[in-house]
Amino acid sequence: MTTSTSSQSLWQRVTAPLSSGPTAYAFLALYVLICSALLLTNPRTELSTDIVFVLFMLSMLAVYRSRVATWFKVVLGVVALGIVLPYFGTLNPFYIDVATQAGIFTTLALGLNVVVGFAGLLDLGYVAFFAVGAYAWGIFSTTRISNINPAWGPVDPVMFYPFLIVGLILGLITGVLLGLPVLRLRGDYLAIVTLGFGEVIRVVANNLDRPINITNGSQGIRDIERPPIVIVDLVRNLGVVADDNRLYQLFFYYLVLIIVLLTVIVVARLKNSRIGRAWEAIREDEVAAVAQGIPRVRMKLLAFAIGASFAGVMGVVFASKQLFINPPTFDLLRSINILAMVILGGMGSIPGAMLGAIIVTMLDLQILPRLASVLREAQATGAPIPRQFDPTQYQRLFFGLLLVLMMIFRPEGLWPDERRREEQHEVEISDEDLEADKVTTSTSANTGR
Amino acid sequence: MAVDTTVAPTPARQSIGELLGVVFGPVGQLLAFIVGSATSLALIVILLALALSPSQPDIMQRVVIILPQVIIDGLVRGFLFATIALGYTMVYGVLEFINFAHGEVFMIGGVVGATVSFLLVSAGAMESVPPLVFVLLVVLIAMAFCGTLAVTVERIAYRPLRNAPRLVPLISAIGMSLILQDLARLVMTNSPLGFNARYQTPNFGQPIQLFTMQVDERSVPVVLSPRDLIFIVAATLMLIALNYIVNATKLGKAIRATAQDMPTASLMGIDVNRIIALTFLIGGALGGAAGALFGLRIGTVNPYMGLIPGLKAFTAAVLGGIGNITGAMVGGVVLGFLEAFVAAYLSIFTGGNFSGAAYADIAAFSILILLLIFRPSGLLGEATTQKV
Repeated sequence: MTTSTSSQSLWQRVTAPLSSGPTAYAFLALYVLICSALLLTNPRTELSTDIVFVLFMLSMLAVYRSRVATWFKVVLGVVALGIVLPYFGTLNPFYIDVATQAGIFTTLALGLNVVVGFAGLLDLGYVAFFAVGAYAWGIFSTTRISNINPAWGPVDPVMFYPFLIVGLILGLITGVLLGLPVLRLRGDYLAIVTLGFGEVIRVVANNLDRPINITNGSQGIRDIERPPIVIVDLVRNLGVVADDNRLYQLFFYYLVLIIVLLTVIVVARLKNSRIGRAWEAIREDEVAAVAQGIPRVRMKLLAFAIGASFAGVMGVVFASKQLFINPPTFDLLRSINILAMVILGGMGSIPGAMLGAIIVTMLDLQILPRLASVLREAQATGAPIPRQFDPTQYQRLFFGLLLVLMMIFRPEGLWPDERRREEQHEVEISDEDLEADKVTTSTSANTGR
Repeated sequence: MAVDTTVAPTPARQSIGELLGVVFGPVGQLLAFIVGSATSLALIVILLALALSPSQPDIMQRVVIILPQVIIDGLVRGFLFATIALGYTMVYGVLEFINFAHGEVFMIGGVVGATVSFLLVSAGAMESVPPLVFVLLVVLIAMAFCGTLAVTVERIAYRPLRNAPRLVPLISAIGMSLILQDLARLVMTNSPLGFNARYQTPNFGQPIQLFTMQVDERSVPVVLSPRDLIFIVAATLMLIALNYIVNATKLGKAIRATAQDMPTASLMGIDVNRIIALTFLIGGALGGAAGALFGLRIGTVNPYMGLIPGLKAFTAAVLGGIGNITGAMVGGVVLGFLEAFVAAYLSIFTGGNFSGAAYADIAAFSILILLLIFRPSGLLGEATTQKV
């Protein structure tokens, strides 16, 4: 432990002048500027662009972390995420897709973080709520709806905007319906029940093509409507010449960005509210929390419902963006994927969940495919790599390793929650005190190990 | 220090009668539950058919014809869940921790069995091996391999986390389960086995005709395939052996003591780490044997086949009362019957609108959810207060 603190202080000594004071302004502005320039001058899809893109994303975290004036952070954020990245996206659509995916999963990770991180309830079926939102829009915006009642036709695409609220409410309702019976259970039972529920939703989606064809079974729902872009004429008048697909990419990017921002604000406000502290109390010591008068089940239910509602909204967006959904999109692996994001970043930590979402999405979409092509080149030169081995096909292995290694070596995550880190530090000190005192000869401390 | 009441100070030597009682008492209980759940489910189905028979005259016949076969199917499923559930419940009893990777141990058991069978086939020795020797060979190798695997997993991924908060080892176990799935896939796809490995067996002979049933002047033969018979016999033998180990040996007493109170057990001179490792060894061996037998019965194995049986076996363990060994067997059998009946009769009673096979999984998980709401301690479990 002492080594980590000394290296941390060295790290702090290097980064301190860069994160506060006048040098920080210059450094951050320069960092963002250089990354932007590099991105915009080299928009091809290749390894160097990947690296710059990751650095660019990291710059946002550096800005967030630094102690500069809020207006400066906002300006940098707007310039980087609101202008540079979308413009870069028009040059290379692959990266804006990565950014949009990262945004969608950021919201999901933030939502799951409320459940797992804040309230300490392990939910292994989180993707079920995402599926509910996605299938709701998928069914209502296509002719599937006519199968339920022939008098109903697909809703107007413009209804997408109110449907975001519908997705939120559906997620909320599903969360409450699942939560009400199971939240009295102990944590590890809850994990299994939610896992079972996630499977149930997937199996239902897979089999609800009979007796009435609602979900179209394993074929999935095609031709899901995209909403009309409200400001399309304005954009065209600005002289932007772009076809529909490009415009929709930008549209979904901005939409996701807005939802992510709203989510971050809501989650951060919740965390520091009375409710957030109640969650934390339940997570740390349920009995003590109840003794303090915290309504245990109601608070857990609230965490469950809030987490689920974020997933419901994003489900609607996801269905509309992908145009196509099918049951395997919402399998257990996806839930675990989101859980890995939360754990990698640090349970209970908002920037951690965002960092985790960005890292895992990039791992999925950029790093593993890149690794695969590197391996294939190595194969061509005769390196002893099995022909069948394709890293993109072994996500489970990577996520499994990630979960186990994180739990063993850094259970608090890459970017731990401040308060949690302080608590852990406190524990370390008291442990050291005990060691120094040598009061115990061999008590329960020895039996465990 | 108060002496535990359940780990009673038994005399050093037990009389034969006591021994038989300890070993076969749980088996008798299991038998009672088998008969009870099979008859009550059959009654429910027949009553439903009676209720529907005015509108569908032939429904009674359709229901009765398949009934014996459904009961056999339920028995096989039940023994499958029971053997896997034992691994969950033993580990839970000792560590209060859901060993999520146990379903994968079961899968690996199947893969090991398929490998043995592949080796025999490629050596050209499959035909010359007597069927019984083949079964023994496959099961023993799978038990040895999977027992070792379970102990290794415990050593790597769970032991360092033993004093951590509850969620930490659970997440580690989920990670371990994913790792095992993909490692198995990596090995299988890069070997002659392939993703869907064939599991060849010697010729077990013709199905055994138990009796013929007269339904409306038609005689329907009721058959038991030799593979099902092997499964049922092997599972029963393993359950009896486990009961002997846990209830009648010193090792079993140590396991029960560790489950009841780990610090005290350690003060009484029990090497707790060794007992935990042995618990994983026994649970893993049972899971591996179940996998090898299951693969033998269905003929192919794949690296993702462990998840759903694992989940259902966990459901069975909860159904019987988690931590309770007899409970795991009873829960497994009850769940197996329920599932077999849903799978067979759902589509008959809904006029083919809902496919029973697809919704059987939902039935299992709905039972889990309902059970946890109304009787979280399970069928045989005692109401326990939550340890905080």
